[in-house]
Amino acid sequence: MIAHTLFFYFFSIIAVISAIMVTASKNTVHSVFFLILDFISISCLFIMIGAEFLGMIMLIVYVGAVAVLFLFVVMMLNVAQQTNQWFLSKTSSNHIPIGLIISAIIFFELIIVIGGWKYKPKLTNIDQQQFVTEISNTHSLGQVLYTDYIHVFQMSGMILLIAMIGAIVLTYRQREGVKKQSYVKQISRERSEGVEVLEVPFNKGVKIDD
Amino acid sequence: MEYINIIFQEFYKILFLLVPVLVSVAMIVWLDRRVWAFVQKRQGPNVVGPFGLLQSLADALKYIFKEIIIPASSNKIIFILAPIITMTLALIAWAVIPFSEKMVLANINVGILYIFAVSSLGVYGIIMGGWASNSKYPFLGSIRSAAQMVSYEVSIGIIIINVLLCVGSLNLNDIVLAQQKIWFIIPLFPMFVIFFISALAETNRPPFDLPEAEAELVAGYQTEYSGMMYAMFWLGEYANILLMCALGSILFLGGWLSPIDLYPFNLIPEAIWLILKILLLFILFALVKAIVPRYRYDQLMRLGWKIFLPLSLIYVVLTASYLFYFNLLPNI
Repeated sequence: MIAHTLFFYFFSIIAVISAIMVTASKNTVHSVFFLILDFISISCLFIMIGAEFLGMIMLIVYVGAVAVLFLFVVMMLNVAQQTNQWFLSKTSSNHIPIGLIISAIIFFELIIVIGGWKYKPKLTNIDQQQFVTEISNTHSLGQVLYTDYIHVFQMSGMILLIAMIGAIVLTYRQREGVKKQSYVKQISRERSEGVEVLEVPFNKGVKIDD
Repeated sequence: MEYINIIFQEFYKILFLLVPVLVSVAMIVWLDRRVWAFVQKRQGPNVVGPFGLLQSLADALKYIFKEIIIPASSNKIIFILAPIITMTLALIAWAVIPFSEKMVLANINVGILYIFAVSSLGVYGIIMGGWASNSKYPFLGSIRSAAQMVSYEVSIGIIIINVLLCVGSLNLNDIVLAQQKIWFIIPLFPMFVIFFISALAETNRPPFDLPEAEAELVAGYQTEYSGMMYAMFWLGEYANILLMCALGSILFLGGWLSPIDLYPFNLIPEAIWLILKILLLFILFALVKAIVPRYRYDQLMRLGWKIFLPLSLIYVVLTASYLFYFNLLPNI
């Protein structure tokens, strides 16, 4: 058990420190790297409490795909030169009050959640719940998701699909003057269209149109 | 005392896995170059040692003694971290590969997801290297590889779902044992072809080696690297290729199962069969490198998103409905 506790504190300390560094580091790309470190340590914590499927999915989806796109965007926008230094500059940004309000709301929500767990321990009494240890974590998740919560599951899938279509519609625009390559055209090109065999008269050459 | 014993045992196990993997990576580089040369009617490396077998060792020695140059305008920490991450990720994925029913370092329930997660993390080494070099060509190479690897991971994931439908477990040993009657390459042959091509793209092998296309980008994300750091990128790349071959042979070629379950073939250790299958797939990889010219980048993206993704999705529906209709779904 000692090793378990040690590992728990190791990963949670890394998670907390990297979460702080996401907001505190001056370079935006470094922020994204700390975000990735945060995701990885959180997924390690998931694995430690036995939720191996969730931990792996967290790694695959967030670290393997979402964070790559974050990095991609941050690097492409060239915000690396911009430094987050609103607390250093003299002119205060007007985003600060909104940010403060949102963070205060999240903070109180967290307090309510933790308070409920602290003062009403019967709400989430994990010790008394019966866990079937024979079936794996993935199997039990699937059994719950595809039976009891099938409608909620399908609904969230639909919402994600609609969000995806919305994003595509928002970013899609028909631009003028863009050269497009049609691969069907390229493949179906005949030899006669590309090559022309000419008799070249000596000392005169040939005139090729265009 | 007990802890120290456990730690030492695990340490020995890890050592007995990693040293053969590293040696075989060195050998596989030699094999790659020999096959490449064979196709082009050249000799290939044949000077150092018998048949040139020690060529990779000589190369490694050369890299060790070369100077490591860190560009002045680079981001030094990330620049040094990038090859380390590439190599570490390429090696830790080997922890779950089963060489026989007992010979596996960590027989975890979600083995296939673990391999998938680690291989999807592999893109970070390349992105970090390209960005930290702070120059044009590495950056272009790393952006290309980010888009390429994310695109082809999608189709690999859906192909894995195909196999998992037939198995009913995420454990790699269960996947191998489910193929005792028939290897999955026979019912899922189109998926094997798509998996093979996606694995080529995932490991940045030719014809999809656009992140390091030497004709356009000098050497892509590796341009600024030298000495041991370059060698680490190189080792990580080949370890990843071997890993993809191992994954392919476990998913489709029956892993450590012997092809014929008869008397003389039973005596051969199971690990040998897995190694033979990995070698077979690797020789295919090497042949593709020698034969096929490089893809254009937009064609690569079109292949990934418009052809492989819909094809593998259709095959998921087909497999699921076939298994359901004939009542062949695995009991979990």
